[in-house]
Amino acid sequence: MKTREKAIEKIILICAAVSTLAVALITIFIFSSGFPVLKSYGVFNFIFGENWRPTGGQYGILPLIAGTLGVTLGALIIGIPTGLGCAVFLAEMLKKRSARLFKAAIELLAGIPSVVYGFFGLAVIVPVIREYILPLVQKINPDASSSGFSVLAGAIILAIMILPTIVSISENSISAVPREFREASLALGADKRETITKVILPAAKSGIFSSIILAMGRAIGETMAVLLITGNMAQIPGSPLDSAATLTGTIAMEMSYATPEHQSALFAIGIILFVIIVILNSIAQAIMRKFGGMTA
Amino acid sequence: MKKKLLTGLLAAAVLVTSLGMAGCGSGGDSKDAAADKGSVVIAGSTSVQPLSEAVAEAYMDSNPDVTVEVQGGGSGQGIKSIEEKIADIGALSREVKDEEKASVADEYVVAKDGVAVVVNKDVKVNDLTLEQIKDIYTGKIANWKEVGGDDKPITVVSREEGSGTRGAFTEITGVLEKDDAGKETDKTTKDALVQPSTGAVKKTVGSTPDSIGYVSLGALDDSVKTVKVEGIEATVDNVLSGDYKIQRPFVYVVNSEMSDTAKAFIEYATGAEGQKIVEENGFIPVN
Repeated sequence: MKTREKAIEKIILICAAVSTLAVALITIFIFSSGFPVLKSYGVFNFIFGENWRPTGGQYGILPLIAGTLGVTLGALIIGIPTGLGCAVFLAEMLKKRSARLFKAAIELLAGIPSVVYGFFGLAVIVPVIREYILPLVQKINPDASSSGFSVLAGAIILAIMILPTIVSISENSISAVPREFREASLALGADKRETITKVILPAAKSGIFSSIILAMGRAIGETMAVLLITGNMAQIPGSPLDSAATLTGTIAMEMSYATPEHQSALFAIGIILFVIIVILNSIAQAIMRKFGGMTA
Repeated sequence: MKKKLLTGLLAAAVLVTSLGMAGCGSGGDSKDAAADKGSVVIAGSTSVQPLSEAVAEAYMDSNPDVTVEVQGGGSGQGIKSIEEKIADIGALSREVKDEEKASVADEYVVAKDGVAVVVNKDVKVNDLTLEQIKDIYTGKIANWKEVGGDDKPITVVSREEGSGTRGAFTEITGVLEKDDAGKETDKTTKDALVQPSTGAVKKTVGSTPDSIGYVSLGALDDSVKTVKVEGIEATVDNVLSGDYKIQRPFVYVVNSEMSDTAKAFIEYATGAEGQKIVEENGFIPVN
């Protein structure tokens, strides 16, 4: 029996080693492929350069960073209140049975391939922005113009895509708040709204924060859907109605035709993405540590 | 217990290794075979891909012992694949660049393709000069009224950097500027929407009012309106006669280790039967 345990232990060790090795290999590959351009072009010029013209030898990715951050921020602005509201509604107000139905429907959203979201955005959201939202904006600012391919379109689609993440993790952690918390709050004379905002949400905050960080990671990494609807204009967007290019979209779009140096620049974008994700993860872990381990 | 587990592991290991070997072995090794046996891998431009597939299908019908595999990846990938010997033939939708000449042993023009300038159906303009197209794509002209249309801002739609279609279009229209040192700069306006495929450009131009884009001649359909260039319609005859200015070659490139099988395939593609297929696919035969 003991030898069997040992063997299983070794197998599990190999599994752990393989996944760690995969991360290490990918990291080494990305860094070694992207490093030449970072070195010859300069890290500062690369990150803060405003011109992305790879065929002309200009590799400034500031417009792409701005595009990614704009789309992600927009998605979070739309997605967090919606997702959180939805989670509270499911956990606190709806009967268990109907809540399960709603939750299943929302989790189904996570199973839709991103290219389908992209086509939906292309066929529905882009024209809606051009024909309905643009005229509204033009009433305030007559100079506004938009083809519909915009940061806003990307943000809306991404908001829908990150909903399942926010809703299911937040809902779990809200449901995990002990019943006594609610009872104590109500016994002290607080009404339902006060109980939710002052007692339950603070108690579930660690789970909620981690859902938001995970959602942000998904939004930054999403490629296909955004590629189809943001217009891929390598320019710093001045308003939500402007087109923008994202880091991931640019990699996906240009990789196939790229000359060696261009390709190296695309890998260098991968390095920047990698760094952004690592920073985000560290922030997430710091938040978890600070608020303690009460997660779902 | 221990013995059983070990045997199992060993069996699994043997299985994985043999599968892996089989996977590796099935690829190349066509070099020593006769010309009517073996396999040919073509990789490269996605513009050439549909044509290569059609030619490959016909070729395999008449040569059942040959398998021809067609992969995409882009013109740059075409060069890379023959450099790294992943493919026997690289497909390019542009001329071979000077810096690529070193890795190319031989090149064969298989067909020609015109790039058509398309606009949304609500645009009233029917004819543009190369100069006007250049000014629109560099952002100098930003309103349709400057080229005889309505007073509406132009929405410019372009392909992604590095695309063969974009390369052909920008070079011929002069959007790609060369300075005295021979350094090329793509002057496409930053206000252009960028779409990553021919289909996406058509879809965007078809659904966005006041927009202009460019697609391969073989991909034209009635979802968009095609404009004349310098008064010449974008048709096969006009490309072949050289009257229609925006056109490009489809080129097969090989490295110095071309197999007989690959050679026979290229001879087929550039020969009478291959050229007929070129024509059937909406491209322009060259021989």
